[in-house]
Parts: sequence; C-alpha cells; structure tokens
Amino acid sequence: MSGVTTTIIEVRTSPHLHGPLSVDMIMRNVVYAMLPLAAFSVWQFGLSALVLLATTTAGCVLAEHILCRANGNASTVNDYSAAITGLLLGLTLPPGFPLWMALLGSLVAIAPGKLLFGGLGSNVFNPALVGRAFLQAAFPVAITTYTPTLAKARFAEFVPTTWTMPLMKPPPIADWISQVRVDGFTGATPLVLQKFDHIYTDPWPMFWGQRAGSSGEIPGFLILLCGAYLVFRHMMDWRIPVAMLSGAVAAAAGFHLLDPARYPDPLFMLFTGGLLLGATFMATDPVASPVTPRGMWIYGVLMGVLTILIRNLGGLAEGVMCAILLGNALSPLIDRLTPPRPYGARKPEGAI
Amino acid sequence: MNLFGTKRLWRGVHVPENKEQTAHLPIRRLPFPPLLVVPLLQHAGKPAKAIVREGQEVVRGEPIAEADGFMSVPMHAPATGRVERIAPAPSARGELTMAIYIKPYPSASQEVLYGSDQDITQMSPAEVIAAVQATGVVGLGGAAFPTHVKLKPPQGRHIDTVVVNGCECEPYLTTDHRVMVEYPKQVLHGTRVVMRALGVERAVIGVEDNKPDAIAALRKANADRPDITIEAVAAKYPQGAEKMLVKVLLGREIPTGGLPADVGLAVFNVATLAQIGELLPHRHGLIERVVTVTGPAVSKPGNYLIPLGTPLRWVLEQAGCTDQAASIILGGPMMGPAVGSFDIPLTKGVTGVLVMPAKKAETIYPCIHCAACVDVCPLHLDPSHLGLLARKDRYEEMEEIYHLNDCFECACCSYVCPAHIPLVQYFRVAKQMNRERKARA
Repeated sequence: MSGVTTTIIEVRTSPHLHGPLSVDMIMRNVVYAMLPLAAFSVWQFGLSALVLLATTTAGCVLAEHILCRANGNASTVNDYSAAITGLLLGLTLPPGFPLWMALLGSLVAIAPGKLLFGGLGSNVFNPALVGRAFLQAAFPVAITTYTPTLAKARFAEFVPTTWTMPLMKPPPIADWISQVRVDGFTGATPLVLQKFDHIYTDPWPMFWGQRAGSSGEIPGFLILLCGAYLVFRHMMDWRIPVAMLSGAVAAAAGFHLLDPARYPDPLFMLFTGGLLLGATFMATDPVASPVTPRGMWIYGVLMGVLTILIRNLGGLAEGVMCAILLGNALSPLIDRLTPPRPYGARKPEGAI
Repeated sequence: MNLFGTKRLWRGVHVPENKEQTAHLPIRRLPFPPLLVVPLLQHAGKPAKAIVREGQEVVRGEPIAEADGFMSVPMHAPATGRVERIAPAPSARGELTMAIYIKPYPSASQEVLYGSDQDITQMSPAEVIAAVQATGVVGLGGAAFPTHVKLKPPQGRHIDTVVVNGCECEPYLTTDHRVMVEYPKQVLHGTRVVMRALGVERAVIGVEDNKPDAIAALRKANADRPDITIEAVAAKYPQGAEKMLVKVLLGREIPTGGLPADVGLAVFNVATLAQIGELLPHRHGLIERVVTVTGPAVSKPGNYLIPLGTPLRWVLEQAGCTDQAASIILGGPMMGPAVGSFDIPLTKGVTGVLVMPAKKAETIYPCIHCAACVDVCPLHLDPSHLGLLARKDRYEEMEEIYHLNDCFECACCSYVCPAHIPLVQYFRVAKQMNRERKARA
C-alpha cells in the first residue's frame, strides 16, 4: 500500500460530520411553503394579486442585490431570505394595493428593515413587517382598501387601484366593487365588520378561505398545512405558533366571557385577520425571535395576547403586525431573562 | 417498539450511525508491526518511568515502565523483542513524547508468558486498587483516565452504585459493541472487581438499544447475579457521555465542575472493565486493545485487536485505504481529532481509526438564531449566544455568564448549525484563551 505514504492528509477539527440542514435550504423551503398561499391568492384575486406578489418579491430581491453591491459587498440574494421578505410582504397587503407603493414598501423592508442592521441574522424586526408598518403609516387608506374575493373577470382585468401612477392617490373603487362582487361577498374584512359595524361572520367558512382580507391571509387551512410542512422538515419552530395561537385563544376567551356581545368568540379571532399567517410565517422568523426554550413560549403567548388586546381595546381592527413587532423588540430581553438552567447547575442568577 | 419504556436522552442529535460496516465483524488480531513505539504517556496523569535500557530483551507482557506515583500507570511490552531505543516520538496531539521503541522478534508469539494467577476474592480493596494499577488499565472509552484512581473516591464521598458505560454513541465505532458480544463474562467479572474495590452492592450497565446482541449476551452471562442490571437506553448521541448516562439511567445530575463521586457514582467503560476482568486474575498487563478501523475510505474495515504502540501507518497498510482517503481521525467523527502524521503510535485511549474522504467546504452564513443548537445542547447551554460572543472575542463573558467551561465539546451544536458556524471549534479556542489569560494573571 504505497498509497498511504504518498497521500496528503487534511487536518480538521472535530466534528467531522454535519447535519443535513443549511440556511439556504431552510430559506428556500420557506419560499416553497409560501407558494401555495400565493397560488391560492392569485386564484381568489386574479391578476392584481399576481402582479402584486411579483412586484414585492422582485422588489426585495433587487433592492438587496443592488444595495449589497453598492456597499461593495457580495450579493446575498442567494440565501433566499430577500425572496421570503418580498413574498411575505406581498401576502400581507390588500390584493389591489398600488404597485408603486408596494415597491416602496419592499425598499423600506430591505434597506432600513434588514441591511441597515447588518443583513441576514442581524435585523431586530421582521423586515416584511417593517415594510408593512411603513406602508400602514404612509398610506392608511390604501392599505385598508380590501376588494372582494372571487370577483367576476378577475383574470381579465386588474383592480383599478393596482396601476395607480407613482406618487398619485389611488382612485376610489366603491363603485367598481359593487359591480364585480359575487353575491354575499363584500370587500370589508370580517374584523372591520365586527369592530365597527358589529356584524359577526361565521368562523368556519373563513377558515376554508371565504372572506375578504390581505392577499395571503385568507386560507387558514392552507397556512396551517404549509406551516406543518416546515415543522415536519425541522425548518420551523412549532413552539412559537402554538404559543401565539394559544395565547390569542386564551385572551379572546377571557374577553368573550366578560362580554359576549362586545367581544367575539376565540374561534372568530383565530380565523380572522392575519393571525394564522402572522403566527406561522412572521412570528417564527428565527432572527427576530428568542432562542431559549422558555423564551419562545413567553414570546409566543405575549404576541397572542397583545394581538387580542389591540383588536378588542385598540383603535385598529387588526393587531397582529403591531403585536409581532413588539414581540420582536422584546425578544433580546426575553432571552436574557430566560437562560436555560445548565445541567448540574443551580438556577442562574437573574432568571425568571 | 416500546416508545416510553426505554430510557432516553431528550437533547442531543441522531447522527447516521454507520456502524453496520463493522458491527457484525468479529475481533481479529493484527500482526506485529516491524517496530513498536510505546509512549510513556498514554493516559491522563504523569508519564510512566522506563525501567528497561536500550538493547535489552523484553518478553510480551513484561513491565517496561513503572507508574510514577498514584496518578500514573505502568506500561508492558506488547511483543517479545529487543528495546531499540528510548527516544521522543510523535503523538496524536502533535507534540513529541518519550517512547520505548521495541523491535519484535520475527517469530514472536502472541501468547503472553509473563504473569501469575491471583484470587481477587482473597484481596482487600486496597490490594485490588494496587492490582488494577499494576495492570496499566486506563479508561478505554477515550479519556484514558487511570482506572484505579476512580476506585479511591475523594474523602467524604460515598459510592453507592457502579455505572458501566456500554453506549458507544459515536457513529462508526463498534469496539465496545464487539467486546460486549464476545467477552460478556470478562465485562461482568471486571464489574465485580470494581464493585469489590469500592464496596458497592449495585451496578448498572447501560447499553444503547441499537446493540441488541450485546444486551442479550450480557444478560445471558449475568443470569445468576441480580446485583448487576443491564439496561437498554435509546440510541442517541451523546448518550455515552458520563454526565448524560447517569442522568438517563439514574436521574442524577453531576454538579458543575464535579465528579460522578459527588452523586455517589463511579462510571467505567465496558471495554475497561473487560480488560480488568481479563487481565487481573493472571496479573497480566494491558498490551493491546480493540480498535475499530473503518470509514468510507477503508478497504477492509474491521474490529482489530492492535498491540499498543503500533504505528498508524501499519494499521492503515493492513486495513487498506482507497484513493479517496483524505483525513484520518482517531476516535469517533464527532469528537475525535484528525491526525497530521502516519507515524504516531496507537495508544490506550484510541477507540477507532476513521479514514474519511475529502470534505467539501461549506458556506458559513450569519447566525439566524434558529435555536437548533440550543435545542440539542445536552448540557442546556446557549451555544447560540456563546457563538456570537466568541465572534467578538468576549471570552470572559462566555465563561462567567454563559457557562462555557461546562461544555464538554460533544459538537452537537456544530453538527446541527444550518449556518455551518464552527461553534464547538470557537468554544475550544475560547477555553484555551481563558486558560492562557488566567495563567498570565
């Protein structure tokens, strides 16, 4: 065996094996998991949803690519995280949202939301939600202008607001909505109807996708299915969505017991608005959530309770976005307060 | 399958075992190499003192070096032959250590002629401890801690149970597995020896449930002794770490910085006890050990009984390497070091020789705080924050706030990290920097 004596050997430190997952693989699968939601959205809202999702995704990817290059760094779009941000932003916007605003939102999500903090892994907040929060503050009317699902001719024409000229105000679309809507479907979301008009919507049909809302938040069953895929592949932490949904259900149940006429039941709260989408795809953003096991539960429950507090007591109909952004801001503190007890040690100092 | 009946480790990782290549292969002897290199330091503690001179003839099994105090063990001649020289030799850690070079005679027999019988039932615990030290046996699971030292617990500590570690959780390795299958009587005899030395009434042998034949062999050999129990534990890495095993088997946690003796336990590896059971009755010394030679780039993988001091080159020539061979690891792939030379001799602590193909370089991404490392850390540390601090050279904070020194470098965190961050590697550097800083202070 002369081979042994001539081979050059590599010296590396242990471990010499590595598990199957990598960051780009996880991120790619998160994109895959959101594609069914995007497809469902296009089926429900037609061409407008398609161009909206394409705009936000392309906007985020391009913004990241160009800004990385402008900084003299290698582009980081290959890790797929910008694509997630873009797709997620698109899914949280109303389907007829003006494209120029969506593009601006993408830029805000990537530039101050992510790259300003140092890029992937360093952002304090979920970039997609930073983008959406900016849009909500800047364009409060456009972001609450919902269009009905399954509108007639949705694959033949766009929602009139989609192609609003840049820097222009979107046209009023109340007339257009009354023309296109199928009987029984309105443009207003169940949360708005409940909060301001006291009209209750039955939760189960909503779970199966029959309601108005943001482009990706509607099909509850599909969101849970896509989340389950990621959990099954060990690419998402199940504790955060479970904690957040439990927190929301518990808080909603408490309110409902206090005053059933004013506060809707937990099932309604669970299946309306962006709670399922937020708990599954935004609260679980690992970068902005705690890493300690107890921290994850606290973080999840906190966001769930906050969502219900905002919905029931706040001025807004929807509270998921603010709850998650608040949770993101608190997660370093939660980590610090919940260090795991090391094997063989007493309870660490400063732990709760 | 009994999902809840088997005792299990909740943290840790499932690593592909890759044991099937060698698990069924009986232990085979390797021929003597042309030159044996027996280092005087093959254990944790003080090096042995040579008691032979250059040119002297030695008989297989004859002591060639004596223990230098209590924290040391003697060495014995692995083969009949002539002492060529006593000179420095390369070691796995890279530095040169003194070694006795022995040239075996071409016709040297494998039979051990040196020794005489003794009856342990007639011996006091102190005599048993001395007899164990005389065999030169150290922890054969890899740590190479002198076994007789464990038989004398620190002042004020009372040992109530002996724990025998037959987990062998490292992938690829099957030495302990084959020892349990082929030498169950010796394992049990060795267990009784240490029970006698410690004055303990109870012993538990923990074996991972991926070795049903080993469990069956031990149970069959132990039919008449209720004081020794053989327990199956669910296979998971790092089940075989002492701290993990005692927690899983007996629910006891060894305190930070403490010893098993602090919770009334003494832990021994099965192969260690098998050697004690084999050697002690005949006053023999430890001159060979079972080593699994395996890995994707080995042509004839197997479990080989290798004379101590056999150079790595000889082992690889006997087992054969394919063209893909790129790195050689002593021990398992999770914790074993890669070696930089073929000339190092195999010593008492070497459990395996792995020949691995070249590894492709992975992109290192930033930490995405996915908490995978936190979820697998068997010590419940926070490798995520430790890694971020290590990147910023904040080594003191790692030790003081994040319990860096509890880490025993099982490498689960590096294994799962999707960003391919070399976490455990950072921790080794951090510990070393802290040690150096303290040494300067």
